Amino acid sequence: MTEVTTPTYRGVPNEMLLDIQGLSKSFGKVQANRDITIQVRRGEIVALLGENGAGKSTLVNQIFGLIKPDTGTVTIKGDSTPIKDPRDAIARGIGMVHQHFQLVPVMTVAENMILGHESTRGGGILDLESARKMVRRLSEKHGLAVDPDVEIEDLPVGTQQRVEILKALSRDVDLLILDEPTAVLTPQETDELLGVMKDLANAGTSIVFITHKLREVLAVADRTYVLRHGAVVGQSDDLTNTTTTDLAEMMVGRSVELRVDKTPAQPAGVVLAVDDLHVKDDRNLMAVNGFSLTVRAGEIVGVAGVEGNGQRELVEALAGMRKVVSGSMMLEDLDLTKANPYETHHAGVGHVPEDREKHGLVGAYSIADNLVLNEFDQEPYAKNGVRQFDAVRANAEALRTEYDIRSASIAQSAGSLSGGNKQKVVVAREMSFKPKLLMAAQPTRGVDVGSIEFIHKQIVAARDGGAAVLLVSAELDEVLSLSDRLAVIHGGKIVAELDPKTADRTEIGRLMAGDH
Amino acid sequence: MTDLTKESAAPASPPPAKPEDKPSGGALAFLFSHQSGIVIAVALLVALAIGAILIRYQGVSPFYAYETLVKEALFVDGGLERTLVKTAPLILTGLAVVLPLRVGLFNIGGQGQLNLGAIAGAWLGYLFGGWGPLGAVIGMAAGIVAGAAVAAIAGALKAWRGVHEVISTIMLNSISVGITWWLVQGPLQAESAKVSHIPQTEEIPEAARVGSIVGIPVSFLIAVALAALCWWVLGRTTLGFKFDTVGKNKHAAVYAGVPLNKIIVLSMVFGGGLAGLAGALEAQGTLHRFEPAITGSLGFDGITIALLARINPVATIPAAFLVGVLRTGAGGLQFATGIAPEIVDLLLALTLLMVSIPVLGKWIFRSRADKVQASATSWGN
Repeated sequence: MTEVTTPTYRGVPNEMLLDIQGLSKSFGKVQANRDITIQVRRGEIVALLGENGAGKSTLVNQIFGLIKPDTGTVTIKGDSTPIKDPRDAIARGIGMVHQHFQLVPVMTVAENMILGHESTRGGGILDLESARKMVRRLSEKHGLAVDPDVEIEDLPVGTQQRVEILKALSRDVDLLILDEPTAVLTPQETDELLGVMKDLANAGTSIVFITHKLREVLAVADRTYVLRHGAVVGQSDDLTNTTTTDLAEMMVGRSVELRVDKTPAQPAGVVLAVDDLHVKDDRNLMAVNGFSLTVRAGEIVGVAGVEGNGQRELVEALAGMRKVVSGSMMLEDLDLTKANPYETHHAGVGHVPEDREKHGLVGAYSIADNLVLNEFDQEPYAKNGVRQFDAVRANAEALRTEYDIRSASIAQSAGSLSGGNKQKVVVAREMSFKPKLLMAAQPTRGVDVGSIEFIHKQIVAARDGGAAVLLVSAELDEVLSLSDRLAVIHGGKIVAELDPKTADRTEIGRLMAGDH
Repeated sequence: MTDLTKESAAPASPPPAKPEDKPSGGALAFLFSHQSGIVIAVALLVALAIGAILIRYQGVSPFYAYETLVKEALFVDGGLERTLVKTAPLILTGLAVVLPLRVGLFNIGGQGQLNLGAIAGAWLGYLFGGWGPLGAVIGMAAGIVAGAAVAAIAGALKAWRGVHEVISTIMLNSISVGITWWLVQGPLQAESAKVSHIPQTEEIPEAARVGSIVGIPVSFLIAVALAALCWWVLGRTTLGFKFDTVGKNKHAAVYAGVPLNKIIVLSMVFGGGLAGLAGALEAQGTLHRFEPAITGSLGFDGITIALLARINPVATIPAAFLVGVLRTGAGGLQFATGIAPEIVDLLLALTLLMVSIPVLGKWIFRSRADKVQASATSWGN
């Protein structure tokens, strides 16, 4: 952390705007929010900090009336009537800017502003002039410069977001919710947004914003709540005395001691050698920035780091799903730098993807088909381009038993399985072909305790079977208990390599936060 | 700094469960695949009932009208054969929509692909007319190539430039039809027709026409065989698995090493080839030459058929037969009662509308539920 802006606490004896007490929400068997208690006063900027899947979006969606809580109360300005829907939330002074903008690209800024509550002159003709005036008035009032007559699609993302914010502000907002507002922004745009947030708060608008970036929290927030596994696991009411290290530690957790039984590693030859890798993210910014690492057969190398430090881009590049800008990746003697996912897989790389619903599974397919998702065109599952269903079924029956996939049958659709069993399907598929290198990205995210233990055992078993294992996880406990060697990633490169048996958590937290 | 992490062994709480697998390929694929046979049957009955009211209004007994229609299509001498001749290209244009839709692409270009296929089939069928049945096969192959080529343009634009296939295929329809008009009034116009400025090509000689075997049109046999082949390819081969994987989750398809762009282009090429073959068979089997009018609305009817068939290749056979019966019977209906054959378009449109309403409703409802999870699906692809 180079520069930490000191947050000014705007400590007027201010009104309680939002008071959430004991909020819980489950989706099926999954508890997304557990007994959450949060308060926001007027003029405060409150950060909700946590990794993906910690329950932040679920929480704000309940404030905005998109989801109804199972238990608990949401009190807005002293009124604890349940929020019926977003319309009700807006009427009560809540505004929300979603991560994915809800703008019509071919319409102008002014047109987007009045969309849904258009005012007309006589005869049903749109009163665009008053819309333009409203845009000018609002942008002057809040210091957010926007041209009302430009079409949305011609604006940069940062300005589009500004329009979203203005749109929310046009309806007398007391509390503005920003769902990962910086996820799509460049660093410059991020800085501008943080400035805007401060100005709004100084003018009396409270802001709740979701992020997993520590710098932003310290730069603008007055207070922060840290969420983990759906519960508030920490909070800081005085961020002047908080460091990124403290926040990082809270985010990745330190209470649960995971025990994994494993013998000392017997590392053999180098299987994966990554050298000075550079990879860009979706915003075309360099996310992996000079990453170098080697993984040997028979060892688990864990990559620990706060999310958003290039881990996703790294794994995608290694799997052939993302273009490498420069640098190299060797699998034994094979150069996989320019390989596509097919070549990578058949070279012997198993990949448990971070987002199993998006990449790892076809939900509409049966378990059996998902278990051969990247082998379906190989013997014995296909002969001369014709699929051999007996072999596919036999494979599925065997793996279902071996990997303890709990389902009615192998014909059941993968989409109908629980998170843990979905992940077992992916893990079974990626391990059963005996890969030389197994890459596991967030392998136990959103998975129940029993499955976590099972998956951990399987990862160790793969190592003992002679595979090189690259484990990327935001769960420090997981990385510490599984890894034979630990690498800390920050800003797209390895900042330290440590021995997990002797590593000090505070030290790791400091490294993950970029203090080195 | 308050640390509330005192709980021991916190049960891992996964992120909010995403709603059951989202419809893939957007609204249309969902619309086309989520139809129960009952819904379609009820929709058809309601459409027939509304049609009956309109027929009654014209002073004709609806029972008599429908009876005439069915009789004309199936029971009068040669009626069934005429119906099957009509059914054959409809099966193929239905398949031309079904195949790309399995990949999540909506091929609206059937009409243009069919037109180009028809003129290619008519021309090569005539050129190689002296070769007899082999000439007929060359004509069909030409139709397939022509249809596939124009569809490949839309596929390539989609794969490498991200151009929405609905837009490109619609525009290619105009281009294709324009090209056939130019050809049939210019380079490919029949010598005999030049004087009178009739837009038609030379006639295919008797021996190289596509006829019937024991009263069953060859074109129908080919179409049925291809429908069966498509069903087999989609359900049993690795290629079909690739198609469906891209259609159901293209991110997972990329992850699994399926060459996305290749599959997109291939599905369009297959679809276009089938529509082109439909055109060639129509030219080689009915008028034995190309005239702009012979293609009618066969290409667009394919969309209707794909919907009624719930994007199942084999089900395009009964769906196309139903449309074939209505279209064939409509001619006799007009002759017997004076009711315009457009009544059939009306019946089909009403059926489609009826079929679409509940499904559209369901889809909109689901897409709302998805938005709650901030992961709204996009139109088309």
